[in-house]
Amino acid sequence: MFSIDLLRDAVVLGVLLGCFYAAVSIGLSISFGLLDVPHVAHPAFLVLASYGVYWLNDSYEIDPLLAGLLIAPLLFVLGLITYRIYYETFERRGSDAAVRGIAFFFGVAFIIEVLIILQFGVDQRSVTAAYIGKAWRIGDLRIPIRQLVAFGVALGLTVLLATYLSKTFMGRAIRAVAQDEEGLRLMGANPVRIKQFAFGIATAVLGVAGALLIIIAPVEPTLDRVYIGRTFCVVVMAGLGSISGTLIAAIILGVAESIVLTMFGASWAPAISFGLLLGVLAVRPQGLLGR
Amino acid sequence: MQRSSILFWAGAVIFLAVVFFMTQSLRNEYPFFAGYVILQFIVLSVAWTILGGYAGYVNFGTNAFFGVGVYTAVLLFKALGAPLGIQILAAAVVGGLLGLGVGLLTLRMRGIFFSIATIALAIVIETAITNWRFVGGAAGIQLQRPPVMPPFDSYVKMLFFVQALMVVIAIAITRFIQNSRIGRGLHALRDDELAAECTGVPTLRLKLLACVISGALISAGGAPAAMYLQFANPDSAFNLNYSVSVLAMSLIGGTAHWIGPVLGAILLGSTQQLLAVTISSEVNVLVLGLMLVLFVVAAPKGIIGLVGRLTGKGGHA
Repeated sequence: MFSIDLLRDAVVLGVLLGCFYAAVSIGLSISFGLLDVPHVAHPAFLVLASYGVYWLNDSYEIDPLLAGLLIAPLLFVLGLITYRIYYETFERRGSDAAVRGIAFFFGVAFIIEVLIILQFGVDQRSVTAAYIGKAWRIGDLRIPIRQLVAFGVALGLTVLLATYLSKTFMGRAIRAVAQDEEGLRLMGANPVRIKQFAFGIATAVLGVAGALLIIIAPVEPTLDRVYIGRTFCVVVMAGLGSISGTLIAAIILGVAESIVLTMFGASWAPAISFGLLLGVLAVRPQGLLGR
Repeated sequence: MQRSSILFWAGAVIFLAVVFFMTQSLRNEYPFFAGYVILQFIVLSVAWTILGGYAGYVNFGTNAFFGVGVYTAVLLFKALGAPLGIQILAAAVVGGLLGLGVGLLTLRMRGIFFSIATIALAIVIETAITNWRFVGGAAGIQLQRPPVMPPFDSYVKMLFFVQALMVVIAIAITRFIQNSRIGRGLHALRDDELAAECTGVPTLRLKLLACVISGALISAGGAPAAMYLQFANPDSAFNLNYSVSVLAMSLIGGTAHWIGPVLGAILLGSTQQLLAVTISSEVNVLVLGLMLVLFVVAAPKGIIGLVGRLTGKGGHA
């Protein structure tokens, strides 16, 4: 049953999968990693974005990736509003913001789930595009083109965001606010506005990430629950807020899931991300490339 | 005994007597079937408050403890044909051990990291159960209830009484903790763990104790669910809805006093029962989400806080 070929295939597919995980986690890497917002509703926003893409694709036959870009501005605004509410009700009042913040975001996640169910039903939904359903063969290894598309776009997105955060003025401001909010305030900048903008970016990225999610596999309304584990696993393992760490951690998770899937079967797969997460939290809470 | 203690125990005895009288006089099974769920949620919410409210460690793994309780009962019933009482006691022991494990594993975590770790634990345990053939695996397992014991004439009524008994036990334990040194210690570590440690509060031991007691009570409260539904599968036993429901009930009621989760569970539990019957289970979840968001935003201290503000006292609680 065990063979080198099988292992090699699992690793290749795992790396592709990992880059996709990086794309869906990178928004959380900003909102939770840099801004310390306990954004448990991040995967729910992701699934919501997927349904937006599905709707555009189904009604107007727009390419899913283009649809993802089209809904990004809407998501940006959604992010601004979400952060504003979070800030006004929890951060500003201070006391046990984290505890009630998690409860708040869990409530939001549940509301989104139900709204999706009421609008689209509980059935799985998928999109159509020219590159979905075909595969590319190298020897006996078969790579679905949809995985390759997701891999390429995810990699591009990650590099783009990393560059944005390190090279542009606003990107540096976002990292500055994560490091020393008080210092930024003393420089005459408004940390809340920067954080709000950063949260908007983190949510807007979900447009493309949501497109990838529905390109890779059909989505259903409660899909966000497994992605809580995957995204938080990646962000915590990466070391909070580290973008390059996010890519590495996501690839580790992808390869681990892919190997377990090949060796033990799909029923063990959900435990991988959460098991890794528990391990990282217990052994090295600051993550791979922690601050 | 203090006056409040006498009042409490008198109330508990009257409550149990009324419940017992109901099981003997009412013919219709449905009120017990619906009421059982509310009683169950009272046990879960009160137990959750020990760790989540007094100690400030937000446990999102309520479903882990609940599911472990259910499956301990399933395992004992299937392997040994153990009676209900043994199932519940065993579930309490296993839940307590799991609580100890959670406490030890998450020693250094606070805030959201603790919460995420507990979610993670729930999924890992669920996956293990899903792959365990003997207790039914992913497909679940059907259970045949044994004959009911007198003086009860139906199994659901007996379960209702047992759960009512557990409500009293859970509240008594929580009330004891709240009024004892343990409660004050937990309160101190919630406000500032470092300062509490420095002033000689044994934070580590208290935290582990809270994890163990809370876990044992949640698992015990979940154990009879196997016999109640006559069916168990990992998907429903470890459903995240339990975690969010219990969290919502505790926060809506207020976590400063044991009466908070009781009120929250009765309020939200009966609303949910009503909605599930009259409209649909989706709307049920929507109401859960809306109430949770509404209360954490508008009434951070829950019903207790609102009442305190209205009467002008206890607002600090």
